[in-house]
Order: sequence, then structure tokens, then C-alpha cells
Amino acid sequence: MNIDSIKDGFVIDHITAGRGMRIYELLELDKIDCPVAIIMNAGSKKMGKKDIIKVDGNVPLNLEVIGYADPKVTVNIIKDSKLCEKLTIPMPETLTNVIFCKNPRCITSVEQELEHIFKLTDRDENVYRCIYCETKASL
Amino acid sequence: MKSLIDILDFTVEEIDELLVVANDIIADPKKYSEMCKGKKLATLFFEPSTRTRLSFEAAMYELGGNVLGFSEAASSSSAKGESVADTAKMISCYADIIAMRHPKEGAPLVAAMNASIPVINAGDGGHNHPTQTLTDLLTINREKGRFDNLKIGFCGDLKFGRTVHSLINAMSRYEGNKVYLVSPTELKLPDYVKKDVLDKKNIEYIETQSLDEVMPELDILYMTRVQRERFFNEEEYLRLKDRYILVPEKLTNAKEDLIIMHPLPRVNEISVKVDEDKRACYFRQALYGKYIRMALILKLLKEAGTI
Repeated sequence: MNIDSIKDGFVIDHITAGRGMRIYELLELDKIDCPVAIIMNAGSKKMGKKDIIKVDGNVPLNLEVIGYADPKVTVNIIKDSKLCEKLTIPMPETLTNVIFCKNPRCITSVEQELEHIFKLTDRDENVYRCIYCETKASL
Repeated sequence: MKSLIDILDFTVEEIDELLVVANDIIADPKKYSEMCKGKKLATLFFEPSTRTRLSFEAAMYELGGNVLGFSEAASSSSAKGESVADTAKMISCYADIIAMRHPKEGAPLVAAMNASIPVINAGDGGHNHPTQTLTDLLTINREKGRFDNLKIGFCGDLKFGRTVHSLINAMSRYEGNKVYLVSPTELKLPDYVKKDVLDKKNIEYIETQSLDEVMPELDILYMTRVQRERFFNEEEYLRLKDRYILVPEKLTNAKEDLIIMHPLPRVNEISVKVDEDKRACYFRQALYGKYIRMALILKLLKEAGTI
């Protein structure tokens, strides 16, 4: 794969350095079979260092996950080798079954079919809490 | 459907409205004695409790209503593996309002999301216990006559003590209060409560391990029990349980109009000799708990259009 040219797919740019792998995991990019590149610690005039993820293929993209994991990123949608859309991702108010509560005292620890729902409680600090037990999500 | 899961579900105005009704019930209980005639409260207690369950039941009976339910998980269908959601849906067919206690945090919220009748959180693990907070607020209202400019000492288990977290949250909505946090290091108030509540609302607070040091300043002393059931480690519980024991001698320098509160049950953190002191108001507090629950049941049933 030539990581500079994508025919149909997307580029997640301006990822805070070090978060690329976590976003890769949250987007479950390990489960797709098209070419994926993660560039870590790339130079950036604006950020000093940044991570970049490039995906060459039409795969569904969960923007909520990206907004939660790193609201500073930009997503470039590529079609026919051309940039057709540049998106900034707002932090979602709610995350459902994206992250999972790890508090052993939470009702979700015993009721397997409950949805794991987290709500944005502090936009400035990027804090999400479990709606059931209020445990803070850790990225 | 309006429920009460967290004390912050209610605005200051709604709490004021509840206090007005509770005070009116105390003044004229007969006026309210048939307001819930023919209505049923389901007390779903998946964890043992004496005070909370009985005060809910007494509250409903004094409103002329009836009560059904269970007092431990072993005698409910949860022992067969029924989910909280299914229990809530099923009980909605039989009762008009639910009071639920559950050892897992968030269980009453799950019930409220699935029930078609109002749900009251009667305590979910170490998380929330909003009716205890309402009880505490009615106690402060009746004993001190105000919610602002008070010096409030919390003593004992401030880490797992859900009543402490909820009351700090509720009192932070009023002006000029100062909070004294008295606990061993291991049972300090969690950082998120300090950051999200006290710091965010600019509430002045100090942390100390010495109750004697702050006693002369306090208008309210809120004692708590170190709860065995919140510890995974029995040794740590045994090491911490007797750290603070209130005896009459410790009150020598306290204000004459101090009030001593405790959510009960106590073990040994308040000597029975303190019971004779007029400043001890924890048994009156338990009584107020019944009246505020009466006011709460009335409010939720009215909002649901049931009465």
C-alpha cells in the first residue's frame, strides 16, 4: 500500500500523538480486510507530533467513537483519489456500547444484556461517565 | 415518568416544595391520611434494610395506601436470574409506585428506564441514596431553619458513605456553607466529589483527621458508620471501624445549638450516652424520614396522574 494515495477511503488526521492505536482498536480496524496504515509521531506544524490513520476501502466509520477518543481530529473522506469532504468531529453527548464500564459494583457487571451507556459530563475535560454508576471512562 | 434516582433529579424548587408538604404533614397528618387510598407501593429490597424499608412502608400506610414487596433478593425472582428490567416491567402491572434498594449501582435507574410507574431509589450500593438526603434536608430545615451559611462537619467513612456524597451535593446548591471533612486517610472523600462538587461550586472545605480540632466551629455534625459491607478486605475494616467514637466529653467545646445527625444504623461511633444530649437529633431524623417519604410518594403519584 502506498500510504500517500488512497482511492476510496478516509484519513483520520491530527490525532493526538500516542492515541492512534487506541482509535484503531475502538474503530475495530483490525477486523477489516482492506489496507490500513497507522503513522505514529508524524511531524506537525500545529501539534509538534501527531498520529494519522489511513484506510483504503469503503468501510463504515463510527464518527462517535472518534469524537470521544480525540475530538481534535479531522477526517478526510477520499473518493476517486480526491478529497471530497473534510470533517471535524464534535464530542458525542452519549456513547452506547462503545466503551464498557469496569466498575465491579455497577449493575452492568451482572446484567450482561444491558447496554453500556456513557454520557458526556464535562466537555472541557472530555469526561464521560457511566449513566448507571457514574464511573469515569478511561481512554 | 418522573422518578427519583439521584437527588439532582429534583431542582431546588422541587425540594423546597417537598419540604413544605412534609412540614404540612407533620402539622396536620389527618389531612393526608386517605390521599393514597387504594394505591400500592412496591418495596423491592434486594439488600437488607430496616429503617428505609419500614419508613417507606409506614409512609404509604399513613397516606392510606397499601404495600407489597420483598425484603431480600433470596425471596424474589432475581434469585432465579430475573433481570432488574423484567422485574420493573412486571411490578408495573401490580403496583402504582416502586421503592427499590439494590446492592448494584445503577439498578434503580435500570428499573426507572423500564417501569411504567415512578421509581424511587432507596439506595443503590455505595452510590446514591436520595431519600436519605431528603431526610437530612428536612432535618436541617426543621432543626436549623435554613440551608445557607452553615458549618457542616462530616465524620467517619467519607469514601463509601453515599449519604455524605449526596448531602454534600445537595448543600452545595446553597450559599455560604463551609464543609469540614473528618476522616482517616483511607476513607477520605473521593477526589471526584471534591473536584466536581466542592471545587466547581466554590464551596470552602477543609480536610482533617481530628474531630476535636473542628468541633467548636460546627453547626452540624454528620456522623457516619464505617460500613463492613463496602470493604473487600475485612482486615482493613477492623482497622478503621473504631477510629471516631463520639462520647459526651467530645462535645464539651461544641456549640450549644449544634445538631448531631447520623443516617443510622449506628454501631459504636456514637455512644448511647450522647443520646441524652439535646443536640443529638438522629432519632428525630429517622422520624422526619417517614414524613419526607410521604411527601415524595404524593409528589410522584400526582405527577404520574395516579392520584
